[in-house]
Formats: sequence, C-alpha cells, structure tokens
Amino acid sequence: MTVLLVGLLAIYIAGVILPPCFSGKARIQNLVAHGLAAAAGFAGMVLGLAGLLAPEPWTASVDSSIPFLSVAIRLDPLASFFVLTISVVGLAASIFALGYLAELYGRASIAAMGSLLNGFLLAMTLVVLADNGFFFLILWEVMSLLSYVLVVTEHEKPGVREAGLFYLIMTHVGTAFIILTFLIFFQETGSFSFEAFRHPDQQLPEGLRSIAFFTALIGFGAKAGIVPLHVWLPYAHPAAPSHVSALMSGVMIKTAIYGLIRVYFDFMGGEFPWWWGFTLLVAGTVSALLGVMYALMEHDLKSLLAFHSVENIGIILLGMGAGMIFHTYGLHELAALGLLAGLYHTINHAAFKALLFLGAGAVQFATHTRQIEEYGGLLRRMPWTGAFFLVGAVSIAALPPTNGFVSEWLVFQSLFLSFQLPTLFLKLMLPIAAAMLALTGALALACFAKAFGMSFLAQPRSSHARHATEVPRSMRVGMGFLAGLCIVLGLAPMLVVPLLDRVTAPLTGAAISSQVLALDGWVVAPVTVEFSSISTPVLAMLLVVAGALGLLIARLFGKALGARYYKTWGCGLNLTPRMEYTATGFAQPIKQVFETIYQPTVKLEQEFLEQSKYFIKHQRFESHIEPVFEKYLYRPVVALLLAAADRLRIIQAGSLHLYLTYIFVTLVLLLLWAG
Amino acid sequence: MQSFIPIVLVVVQLALLLALSPFVVGLIRKVKARLQCRRGASLFQPYADLAKLFRKQPVISSTTSWIFTAAPYIVFASTVAAGLLMPVFVSHTPLNFAGNIIALVYLLALGTFFLILAGLDAGSAFGGMGSSREAIVATLAEPAMMLSILSIALTAGSTNLSTIVHQSALMEGVVVAPPAHLMALAALFIVTLAETGRVPVDNPATHLELTMIHEAMLLEYSGRYLALMEWAAGIKLLVFLTLIVNVFAPWGIATSLAPSAIAVGLLVYLGKVAALALVIGVIESMFAKLRLFRVPEMLGAAFILSLLALVFFYTLKG
Repeated sequence: MTVLLVGLLAIYIAGVILPPCFSGKARIQNLVAHGLAAAAGFAGMVLGLAGLLAPEPWTASVDSSIPFLSVAIRLDPLASFFVLTISVVGLAASIFALGYLAELYGRASIAAMGSLLNGFLLAMTLVVLADNGFFFLILWEVMSLLSYVLVVTEHEKPGVREAGLFYLIMTHVGTAFIILTFLIFFQETGSFSFEAFRHPDQQLPEGLRSIAFFTALIGFGAKAGIVPLHVWLPYAHPAAPSHVSALMSGVMIKTAIYGLIRVYFDFMGGEFPWWWGFTLLVAGTVSALLGVMYALMEHDLKSLLAFHSVENIGIILLGMGAGMIFHTYGLHELAALGLLAGLYHTINHAAFKALLFLGAGAVQFATHTRQIEEYGGLLRRMPWTGAFFLVGAVSIAALPPTNGFVSEWLVFQSLFLSFQLPTLFLKLMLPIAAAMLALTGALALACFAKAFGMSFLAQPRSSHARHATEVPRSMRVGMGFLAGLCIVLGLAPMLVVPLLDRVTAPLTGAAISSQVLALDGWVVAPVTVEFSSISTPVLAMLLVVAGALGLLIARLFGKALGARYYKTWGCGLNLTPRMEYTATGFAQPIKQVFETIYQPTVKLEQEFLEQSKYFIKHQRFESHIEPVFEKYLYRPVVALLLAAADRLRIIQAGSLHLYLTYIFVTLVLLLLWAG
Repeated sequence: MQSFIPIVLVVVQLALLLALSPFVVGLIRKVKARLQCRRGASLFQPYADLAKLFRKQPVISSTTSWIFTAAPYIVFASTVAAGLLMPVFVSHTPLNFAGNIIALVYLLALGTFFLILAGLDAGSAFGGMGSSREAIVATLAEPAMMLSILSIALTAGSTNLSTIVHQSALMEGVVVAPPAHLMALAALFIVTLAETGRVPVDNPATHLELTMIHEAMLLEYSGRYLALMEWAAGIKLLVFLTLIVNVFAPWGIATSLAPSAIAVGLLVYLGKVAALALVIGVIESMFAKLRLFRVPEMLGAAFILSLLALVFFYTLKG
C-alpha cells in the first residue's frame, strides 16, 4: 500500500515538474504530462481497489511545526472509493487530452496546462485521503485554485474570465462555510484531526450540531452545485477545456459528496434528527428537477451537460437523504441501501458525464462551435464519437441495461421502501420524491434525445458541421474506455455492489451485499427477490434475443429485399437543413408547459412593407428564460455587498500612514484583549 | 422435464404477445367503425397489413444514419422484452426476477428514446414535430405512472409484477374495495391512453400533420421497418392493457401450472383484454382529440389521482 501510494504521488509530482523542462516542444510536453497523468490514473485505480479490499484502513501521518496541522493520510474504504473514481476519470481524460490539445500547440502553453492538470488530480486525490481538517482545507483550496486556473486557460475568449471569477468567488464562499464546520468540530474536540472529530470527548449540544449540518451543506453544496448554489456551474464548467470540464463535472464536484458523507456519516456518527435527511431529500429533489429543466433550455452543448451535473448531484443526494432518514429511525440496512445507491450513482455519473464532456470536446474539436443549433448530421461524419456519445446519453437517461439505470433503480427502491418509516409525513414525502425523480428521468430522456438527435442526426445545419471529420485516435480511446466502463458498470452490478458495500457497511453499521445480490449475483434485489429485483445481464440478453427475433422475422418474410435510398419527402421542395426541427423548437412544448418555472419572455420586432401589412420586410425574434436565482437571489446580495463596500470606502483613504495606524491600533486592541 | 416448463412458458407468452397484438388493434378499429355505423375492415386486417409491409421493399431516406434502420429493431426488442417481464395468463412469470415494474417502465422508455431519435433522423419537420410532442407527453405521463404503480405495489407489498398479480389473485376482496385502488386504476388508465398514443392524446388514425404524434415519427418509414414499428406499437398497447387487467382484475388468472387452470386463465385473459379494448374503442369514439397544450392538464389530473391513491392507502389502512 505504501509503495503504491508513494508511487502514485511521485508520478503526479513528476507530472507537475517535468513538462516545463521540455520548453518549446509542445508535443513532447503533452506526451510527458498526460502520459504521466494517465499512468498515475492507472496507479490510482489499483490503489483505490486495494484500499477497498483491505481489511483495515491504512493510515500515515507526519506532524508539522504549525499548530493543529499534521500531514495525515487515511485510506479507508470511503476514501478508496473516491480515489478510484477520480483515477478512472483522470486516466480517460489524460488519454483524451493527448489528441485534444494538439489543436492548441503554439497557442497556449501545453506545459503549464499539463502541470496544472497533474497538480489538480493530485490535489483531488489528496483531498479525499486527508485525515486532518487543516490539511484538508489546504488541499481543498489548492484544488479549487488549480481548477480556477484551468478554467481560465482560454482567457482570451469572451466570457471565460467572468466565468472564472464567478467560480472563484463561489468556491471561496463554500470554503468559508467548510472552515466554519470544522471550527464547530474543533469546539467539540479541541483538535483538527479527523480521528478526534470521529470520537469526540463530549458531544456538542444539538443546536450547534445542526448548525454544523447546515454549514457543511452550504460549504460542500457550493462545490457540488446544489440548487440554489449551482449558478456558477453552467458558466465555469463549459469555459474550461473539455478534458478539464470532464474532470470538474465528473469528479471534482464529487469531492463535495465525499465531504458530505464524511461529515454526516463518519463525524456525526450517524446520529441525526430526521429533518436532516429530509433537508437533503428536498435539496436533492429540487436540484434534480431544476437541473434537468434548465438543461433542456440550454443550446450550448457543454452548458447543457453542466446543468445535468446539477441534476445528477440531486439524484445522489436523494439516495443519501433517504439513507439518512432511515438511519435516524434505526433502519440500518435501508440506510446502507440509500447510501449505496447514492455512491453507485456517484461513480456512474463520473463515468457517463466525463464521457459526455469528452464527446462534447470531440465535437467542438471537429466543428469549432458549442452551439447545438449549428450541429447536425455528425453521426455520419464522426461515427465513433457519435456511438460513444450515444452510450453516454442512454446511460444518463437511465435506460436499461446501462449503469445509470441500475443506480437510479436503486434510488427508486430506497424511496419506495419508505413504507417502513413510522411517520405518515415521511411515508408520503419519499414517494413524492420518487415521482419527481421519475419526472426528472423522463425530462433527462427528452433532453438527451434533443442533445443527441439535434447534434448527430439529420442534415448538418452549418458549414462547421458539414466539414467535421472524426477525431484522432487517442481521443477516441479516452471516450471508448469510459463508454466501456458505463456498460460494465451497468451489466455487472455483482462486481460493484460488494465493493460499495465495504464503503457503506462501516458508515451505517449494516453489511447488505449478500442480501442485495441474489441468485449468485445475477439479480439485484434490495429486500428479497419477491419484493423487487432486476437483472441487467438478463435484460440485455432479452433485448438481444428480441432484436434478433425481429431481424429473423424481417428476413423470413422479406427474403433478401434490399432497401432503396431516396431523399426525404419535403412536400415537393428539396429538403434543406432549414426545414429541420431545431433544438429550440424541440424543447418549446416543455418550455410552454413549465412556463411558471421558466418565465419565458418573447420579443418579436416586425417591419412591414408600406403597401401591405401582410408582407414582412424583416423580423427579429428574441426569446429568453428568466435566470430566477441570479435575478432574485444573487443580484440583491451583490447589490448589498456593493453598497456596503461603498460605505466602507471612507476608511480606505489610500494613505499608507493611515493603514499603518490601523494596524497599530488593531495590534494594541488585540494585546489588550489577550492580556 | 421440470426445467423446461419456464422456457415453454416464456416462449408461449412471447408467441401470444406477438400474435394477439394485431388482433387488439383490429378489434379497437372494428369497434370504432361499428360506432360510426360503418362495417369496418376485418378483425384480421392488421395481420394482412403487417404481412404486406414485411414483403415490401423499404425506402430509406438518404439523409439518415444507422440510427434510422436500427431504431425499429430496438423499439421492437424493448417492447417485447417489457412484455416478457409481466404475467399474462399465468401469475408466475419465469422472467419475474429479471425486472420489476420499474424496469418494465424504463424498458418502454428505451423504446421511446429511440423512437424520438428515429423521428429526428430523416430531417423532415414532421418527424421533429412528432418527436418533440412525444417527448413532452412521455415526460408528463411518467410521474403519474410511477405513483400509481407505487400505490398498487404497497397494497401487494411488492414491486414485482408476478407477486403483485399473484397476491391480488389469491386475496379475495382486495380488488373490489379500496378507493386507493380505483384512483390508481383511473390514473393508470389515463397514462395508458397517453403512452399508447390513443385519443384524446393522439389519434392513431390520423395523417394530418398538425395533429399527429406517433404517426409523425413514423412518417419516413416503410416496408419491414414500418411493420416492426407498427407491430411494436401494437405490443405496447397490449402490454398496457395486460398490465391493467391483471393488476386490477386478476380474477381467473392461473395461479398454478395445472392444465385446467392454464386453460381457464388463457380464456379469461382473452376475454378481459377484449373487454378493455372495447372500452378504449368506445372512448375513442366519444371524445375528440385534445389540443396538445390541454394534455398536461389531463396528465396532471392523473398525477393528482395517483397521489390521492397513495394518501388513501395510508390513511384508510389505519
């Protein structure tokens, strides 16, 4: 274990240091940086698996001269699981970057990007390994800052710098709340060690613990993108280069999920009132629904995907929230099920979201635009990218037999099992959350039918799309790896569930692997096979057999009739791409049905011919949806801050002497207070 | 010998679904025709239609990708697979373990997804229009469906269809009494009309571009591809009808594998499906198609009904 860990750290550090040594040779820099990152990703996968299978958590710590800070590392199953998730996506994104960055040779510093990426991956890996609050916060900050620098890689493009700044502010608001959380635990224990957090000498009063619950939710929620703290996500994630977007959306936001599980289940020891879990459930439902709804209205492919991250974080929270509610009432096995469902969705989302972001990157690489309205017909021009993107789309829409289906199904089951709860209120609320999850799933299906259909099918809508060609091999390998992973995670829950069980068992006090896997692992059945079960391998087999049957029938009847190819009927005109349905048009009925949420505004300017108002000279159509949270929540806060800053300007005279006086006075006051 | 029985049951169920679905389509058409004082086509006309389509050479739009030709097989496969997960005339389904009712719903959603993609692929505005409308109807039907399913599942104490049906077939009074059940039935019936593209949501007989949903997506299909799509639509209708009759009125279904029980089960099943098809035919003749933007209200009502079913289940139980 030690060798693995040291090796992993060494490769990442080499990945940070080495690339700048090959100055002027962009290709070699790229190869070194991302080759090392891929190697580290592989090592991290091995380390994660080893940590999951190890009987005891592995720990190491070095004390430092700074009070309360010790460089402590603890590889327990929870940390191992997240190391595994980070490494898998890191591996795929690095391989993808080998080809993807070729476009930027000579335009951006490949060495800097490579070093930063390795540093970012290293920081994320260490965040989940850290076993000391201080150390954790430093790494958390490093992770946030490095990702900020990566986001503004292409800072010459419009909007990128603003997106980066927005992200920087939001992530620091989050960090502030995480610091508060840890300070409350410090109150409790007098130490910053996670070990002490876990076993406090005396429990804090309920009220203070509830404050810690909320500060943790806000702090980590800002990173995870829980509504209403999600607003930065659709700006920042798309602004980054696509392999970085894949890492940010696929795994960085998951470090926040890690933080929440660590704080609630590990530190709080699973003792919480029912309304904590309920709060998570509500946050999850709202995030899931609003995430997917805003995604539907988005026509920038990468922003669309970013909104879907909000949705999927919501689904993960639904599993976690259900788990916490069950835990409150001592239903430990169901608590384990809820948490397991959430974790299963975590790794699934990492796989398919990273895949989709890489796919979006590949499409952008080939067409130089992110607007879905300018795509079309790409499947014939980029068959591999298209097929991989389709796998991702089917997975995120939770359709059988892919991985998204398995984890969403598990979340459904844990919500359905609410009839075992003692209060009527919760008995009703959990099924309603399930119904909202069903709505979310259906909207996600519509959204990805739009995203895939408008981008890859029919005729190209612009010359960019018409001239697109398939991307280089390394990019296809990166996507193919993740696509394969989506399928494996879907077809082989019998491999995944026992591993996840090792994570949830210590946290909830119930091992459920042998219960969940029935019939030699072929069936996933949370309670019994009689109550509910699915078997994705059998479902896949059924689909193949039934499809083959269709093929056979078609053959038997039709003998060997070939097909004739002819242009689509265009009502007597030649069919042009302008006759196709657009993404905006596709989503229009949904916009109209849910107009209370979207609050769309439509502006139509028409200029008529003088002779007759039946002939329009030209017209201009504008349509917007209201960014509700930005308008009603963020703008007032920003206005307040600006007004306050305006007032405070009085003490900012710009004179050095004055500032020195401030410092002196403060010092005197502090000394007085201390004495 | 014993191990053959499940396989035989699956094969019989498969054959029944494939063979019966065109008949149900024909029956509904016949009912509508009679109510319109027409004699109508033969009950077996859909079989002839399918056979004819399979023997025709298909014309494929040259703007399409492989999705267009693969979609009919995927839609067909997912619908058939969904049909194999539920009990039809024997309450014990051999494939019960492979997927519960949520899996069935999501298998049908897989078909819907590829149907929507197929509608977009040819690049004509009609296909896109159909796809867009299908997306909103399928979306709004989902929550109502999930809640009504849950309230049924709670009564039976299971989400596995075989168990639900078996339990309610054995329990005597359960099907008649609880208001929860009736409301869930009403909700699921509305969802059925929406999901299978019947009046008042969609009109399977129309070819007027402004009103069609399902037909618009199939507009570019011909030959064997159209046959598979039409057949799959028929099977989907039969799946929903079977679901309703077996969950809400499981009387007579074979709860054992005795030959007499199976014979009775089969006959009763055919009778019940025919009766429900009759009801749908009558409804289609009595109602006009709704405007697309009135459909959400109808499905919203279904959602409220299923929510009430849940509330009633918990409050009336004690």
